Amino acid sequence: MGKVFKYGENVDTDVIIPARHLNTSDPAELARHCMEDIDADFVNQVKEGDIIVAGKNFGCGSSREHAPIAIKAAGVNCVIAPTFARIFYRNAFNTGLPILECEEAARKIDAGDEVEVNFKTGEIRNITKGESYQAEPFPEFISGIIESGGLVNYVKNNL
Amino acid sequence: MGMTMTQKILAAHAGLKKVKAGQFIEADLDVVLANDITGPVAIKEFQKMGAEKVFDRTKVVLVPDHFTPNKDIKAAEQCKMLREFAVDQEIENYFEVGEMGIEHALLPEKGIVVAGDAVIGADSHTCTYGALGAFATGIGSTDMAAGMARGKAWFKVPSAIKFELVGKPSKWVSGKDVILHIIGMIGVDGALYKSMEFMGPGLKHLSMDDRFAMANMAIEAGAKNGIFMVDDRTKEYMKEHKNRNKAFKKKIRIYKPDKDAVYDETYVIDLSKIRPTVAFPHLPENTRTIDEVGDIRVDQVVIGSCTNGRMEDMEVTAKILKGRKVAKNLRCIIFPGTQNVYLECVKKGYAEIFIKAGAVFSTPTCGPCLGGHMGILAAGERAVATTNRNFVGRMGHVESEIYLASPAVAAASAVAGKIFNPENLKKEGK
Repeated sequence: MGKVFKYGENVDTDVIIPARHLNTSDPAELARHCMEDIDADFVNQVKEGDIIVAGKNFGCGSSREHAPIAIKAAGVNCVIAPTFARIFYRNAFNTGLPILECEEAARKIDAGDEVEVNFKTGEIRNITKGESYQAEPFPEFISGIIESGGLVNYVKNNL
Repeated sequence: MGMTMTQKILAAHAGLKKVKAGQFIEADLDVVLANDITGPVAIKEFQKMGAEKVFDRTKVVLVPDHFTPNKDIKAAEQCKMLREFAVDQEIENYFEVGEMGIEHALLPEKGIVVAGDAVIGADSHTCTYGALGAFATGIGSTDMAAGMARGKAWFKVPSAIKFELVGKPSKWVSGKDVILHIIGMIGVDGALYKSMEFMGPGLKHLSMDDRFAMANMAIEAGAKNGIFMVDDRTKEYMKEHKNRNKAFKKKIRIYKPDKDAVYDETYVIDLSKIRPTVAFPHLPENTRTIDEVGDIRVDQVVIGSCTNGRMEDMEVTAKILKGRKVAKNLRCIIFPGTQNVYLECVKKGYAEIFIKAGAVFSTPTCGPCLGGHMGILAAGERAVATTNRNFVGRMGHVESEIYLASPAVAAASAVAGKIFNPENLKKEGK
């Protein structure tokens, strides 16, 4: 269960992790600057297991894998949005940051709500509001990568 | 049911006769690219995968272009890691500062990408090569690592939107205006997960540099790739930019969409009706024509990048700046895409025009576009840029603003000190 941080549409990779911090790839250092251009207080407030809920096209912009790495290293357990930008979508799975596409959840969940996510079934439970939403299940192919433990292991097994 | 251009290239690279939208495939790759930001992460993942050698040293391309010439110690360390990997893996297509250019301007110029190729690059603007009739898409560092190790990548076959181009653009309208117009029309997620396929009789009026700028910004509409139908102009370009290294056996393969190819949507774009177009902060979809801009004062003008750092961009800039001066207290930064473009600017006298006008003429680098170095904005400052993104804080302070425009509008704005229509320079005695 985690507390929700809520953002609008088209959250881009430049606000998730500004380029001025891309001279490193150290997850802990990236995490210290996560979301700083859209929510300077995020890094002070976020706790292990918290959840980001946002509007459509989350993660648009650059291909920087530093974006999902920073979010994951900041302690975020899951990002929920109606849609994700496609490179971010790939990068999230590849780096082990769970993401769920669910329009209803993105619309109904408010900042500060306590939310629980079941990745196997795609069920999102809003404890604060006593509601439940169903996310799109992962395509089979992607589940295969997740089950291998990410793309690194998937490739290891297929080299 | 027929296939789109993109689907045909993917099918050929997956060893399949036919693919359809939504299908997961694994495709062989002709080029696998990374830069000094995404490369180091990819190298670490490559090592974690237990890989020792890259799948093909002639197909991996590494370009340190983002924070180079090294902007600080950390950037220098990242470039060092990229360089050492290139030496260790005997990667010939590693371009050191001095021969380096902005990757997406450099690779077509060097003939590293040709029509029919399947390309992944750990840089979102990898879609630029679609101008050559290649399938090219941006991916992250882990996908890059997997590509380096196996020479393959997984894809979900995209559906597509067709853009049928008709008419001839007017004098000051370039590919940049066309793509800004299209993004304004369909939005920053208007082509999410899809291909944008460009064709039609209007194509003959668009130069290769126009097409590179358009394919480059397909990602700004959320697209997986942008791709142009190959015509005589494309063939001519590839002939002029043949890779001379015999180790690279590049084979040109031209794919046309099937007559019964299925497109999710078709837009007919009349190029003659497009006006010079500006994208207002903070999204590329916030477009207005130059006639609707109003009075917007500018502190900095940036001309260059992987979108607009090619020869025609420099030509139009020189044409406007010739005999004119950059407005007082305005910084105008011009950065060509490659060393070759730089050299041509020197030979043709553009460098002198830029310097006499009071502009900075820099070495190729991605620097200012992503707020890396060489032109960061302070709080409250405004820039007109020929780059591709105007997100919050992209070029510096979170309270700065970026207006995206063509090189012609940017150069005219540098002279006028405000966002300015190049058509009106003479009329207003500037």
